[in-house]
Amino acid sequence: MAAKKLSLKDKYSLLTRDLDWEFSYQDRKAAFPFEEFEGIKITDWSKWEDPFRLTMDAYWKYQSEKEKKLYAIFDAFAQNNGQLNVSDPRYVNAIKLFLTGISPQEYQAHQGFAHIGRQYGGVGARVACQMQSLDELRHVQTQVHAMSHYNKFFDGFQNWSHMQDRVWYLSVPTSFFHDARSAGPFEFLVAIGFSFEYVLTNLLFVPFMSGAAYNGDMATVTFGFSAQSDEARHMTLGLEVIKFLLEQHEDNVPIVQKWIDKWFWRGTRLLSLVGMMMDYMLPNKVMSWKEAWEVYFEEAGGALFKDLARYGITMPKYAELIDKEKEHVSHQTWWTFYTHGHAAGFHTWIPTDEEMDWLSEKYPDTFDKYYRPRWELARKLEAEGKRFYTKALPQLCTTCQIPMLFTEMSDPTQISYRDTVYKGERYHFCSDGCCDIFKDEPEKFVQSWLPVHQIFQGNCGGPGVEQVLGEYYKMNLGADNLDIKGSPDEKRWKQWKGVA
Amino acid sequence: MTIEIKTSTLEPVRNTFAHIEQRFGDKPATRYQEATYDVQAETNFHYRPYWDPEHELNDPSRTALVMSDWYAFKDPRQFYYGTYVQQRAKMQEVAESNYAFFDKRNLVASLSDEVRAEVVRYLVPLRHVEHTANLNNMYGTAYGYGTAITQALLFNGMDRLGIAQYLSRIGLMLDGNSGDALKQAKALWMDEPVWQGMRALCEETLVTQDWFELFLAQDLVIDTLIGELFYNQLDQKLTAKGGQDIAMLTEFMQEWSKDTTRWVDAVTKTAAAESDANRTLMAGWIESWRGKAAEALAPLAEEMLGGSHKGDALSEALAVLDKRVAKAGIQ
Amino acid sequence: MSKVYIALQDNDVSRYIVEAIEEDNPEVTVIHNPAMIRIEAEGHLVVKRETVEEKLGRDWEVPELHLNLITLGGNVDEDDDQLSLTWNV
Repeated sequence: MAAKKLSLKDKYSLLTRDLDWEFSYQDRKAAFPFEEFEGIKITDWSKWEDPFRLTMDAYWKYQSEKEKKLYAIFDAFAQNNGQLNVSDPRYVNAIKLFLTGISPQEYQAHQGFAHIGRQYGGVGARVACQMQSLDELRHVQTQVHAMSHYNKFFDGFQNWSHMQDRVWYLSVPTSFFHDARSAGPFEFLVAIGFSFEYVLTNLLFVPFMSGAAYNGDMATVTFGFSAQSDEARHMTLGLEVIKFLLEQHEDNVPIVQKWIDKWFWRGTRLLSLVGMMMDYMLPNKVMSWKEAWEVYFEEAGGALFKDLARYGITMPKYAELIDKEKEHVSHQTWWTFYTHGHAAGFHTWIPTDEEMDWLSEKYPDTFDKYYRPRWELARKLEAEGKRFYTKALPQLCTTCQIPMLFTEMSDPTQISYRDTVYKGERYHFCSDGCCDIFKDEPEKFVQSWLPVHQIFQGNCGGPGVEQVLGEYYKMNLGADNLDIKGSPDEKRWKQWKGVA
Repeated sequence: MTIEIKTSTLEPVRNTFAHIEQRFGDKPATRYQEATYDVQAETNFHYRPYWDPEHELNDPSRTALVMSDWYAFKDPRQFYYGTYVQQRAKMQEVAESNYAFFDKRNLVASLSDEVRAEVVRYLVPLRHVEHTANLNNMYGTAYGYGTAITQALLFNGMDRLGIAQYLSRIGLMLDGNSGDALKQAKALWMDEPVWQGMRALCEETLVTQDWFELFLAQDLVIDTLIGELFYNQLDQKLTAKGGQDIAMLTEFMQEWSKDTTRWVDAVTKTAAAESDANRTLMAGWIESWRGKAAEALAPLAEEMLGGSHKGDALSEALAVLDKRVAKAGIQ
Repeated sequence: MSKVYIALQDNDVSRYIVEAIEEDNPEVTVIHNPAMIRIEAEGHLVVKRETVEEKLGRDWEVPELHLNLITLGGNVDEDDDQLSLTWNV
């Protein structure tokens, strides 16, 4: 008897979809207890469409090929001292921020997907989440391995594990993922699988990694693109989940829209760090943050939301505000780090003349008007030996935890402040977006571990900022922080390159 | 000359990350070490989970087991993602060529109706057991503590999905890709009295709350007994009946079992060696699940192996389990 | 109609895949970035196994695409013979 040939779809479905069963001896809801509390209605998990139909044997086969290629490049990079080929030692600071700020979040994504990969009642969606959990573990581990060689030659990498739970600016990405992981299983997927992966991670991985290539960093571009090849699967999972939820029940539509609004706003706030990495921290520049935003959000995200309109989903709330902010956020964020350069675990600097000209060209409506004068003043002060540091601890937004650095778009010289009172306490925010998010879930956000509050309360050592940075954060003061100019990183680089 | 100067100034300023140096000293670290130790966040969690407000997001108290250092659970295989997928890719390549050979030579035609019936009745329904094991290991991944053990649980969970899919392919080989064998096996799993104890046991594991207890129940107790009864004794019985070619299709599971046993034993031993309290706790868990599993498997062992196997199949499987437990230092 | 897109790592295999995509989708735009090739099309784009096999001169399975893939945009449909990207509007 000749066996009939199975299509990929039928084969996957036979191998995977019928593994689960209706319980007879226990309450199935006790095995999958978290599916209902968010108000999402799933009427039929079998309607789930598997986008990639990847069986485990194929997963092992293709992923091991990716890993083989990747580690061959890591080995070659280390053996040939590839760090000497980067464009400029300033570049390395962008990847310090990557390892300390982003890699731990890959781990949280791994944990979050393991949670929903255990909890979803439908086997198709569950298995896709499990694979994503495994991929996310891959990402944190390949990133640590890529940075391992840099850690041997540059400061600022060595304490990433300790810093992830403590450092003030790292609480921005950390709290973002804590927020998603502490949410219900469907909000988590809308937050990370859809809003973050589909709408926003391209901005992180694609233009930034292309920038890494352009700055001679073969290790980073290789893990970046190799990770991104998993991301294509993740993005598709994110989109399939949204479509599935919207098709399951019309009552899901407003819930999903609310989550999209929340997570789009949370995500854009988080990405202000990436904006600064692209515009200021890459010495050789591929595209500006604004251009990347236009290609990967306005064009790609616009197409996506047009496609979702048939379900009644609209563009995320405040998208029109972000359209204006793209002209400003990278400058405002880097300025904040420059003025708090003593408290950062990486080096900061003033952009060169050439770089300022590039910024003028890329931001014709804003850079010369609002930001160039600041940098010229900073340069003048530095030349006079009066390098300026903001000594006061900044006030943080209760939701996104970023210092109050964003301005009103109606007047870009005016810092934007919002506040609200909950149970007799006043809470402060950087924007209407963050204030709305708080008001919708105040019991969650009153719990925020705000680094500046914690320092004032004496929970991070002290009494002075120096002790907090040195003892509680374990930064090597004088090596990890301050300007690149005069840093041990710069001194070593000059030695290697044989320049005075 | 210039090259010499350059290399002499290219001395690394440090050998590894600070947390790795603290554990293993100031020397170059292995990739397993850098990918594993202290990767998981430990403190300053912002919000309590809506789905478990009694605990922090990462919280060691989701099990009654207590460890002073959760990274004591070193994986003897030293699997991080890269070494894991490469090891499994090698195994799947062998499996793939076995399945292709079986298919090409039409070895299914050489199986007697009796052997085919036994494969559908006893081997194919195990895909549902593997699926349970997938969920139980994901449970530990999600709620366990410390990357050393949670990553190994994830690898195990994904292995079990792979094994469930291999078992499904065995069904498809027998039924000419119609899916009928899978349907029959599922019907047995759902309704046949001989399988109901096992199904009830699987359902019970899926509502078990303590992740380390669940690890012992699934990866130590149930897996040892299943491995022994199905992949060892049933395999011998099928071979005796002219079904030796089936072993080509279960080679992956046998190889996998060798590899995984090493890890399960190491974890069990480490946890028991930590304290008397752990040892007592674990002994209680193991005894309770051993009893339940023995009861669930007794009718299957009897029907499947009673006539052919010299001696008592289940007692022998339990003896293998008891030996492993004793070797881990638990009485 | 919105643009779908696919980005591939700039390597040797990708060059053949890009050739195959160009042949099957004459309307595409190919953009070269550092280390990356981005291909865009209005509304729909398809990668066909048969054409890639022809270009490569060997067997090629659709999931192999993932080895060289960086990102994509559009609703995905993958089967044994092709991977397609589509926006409905």
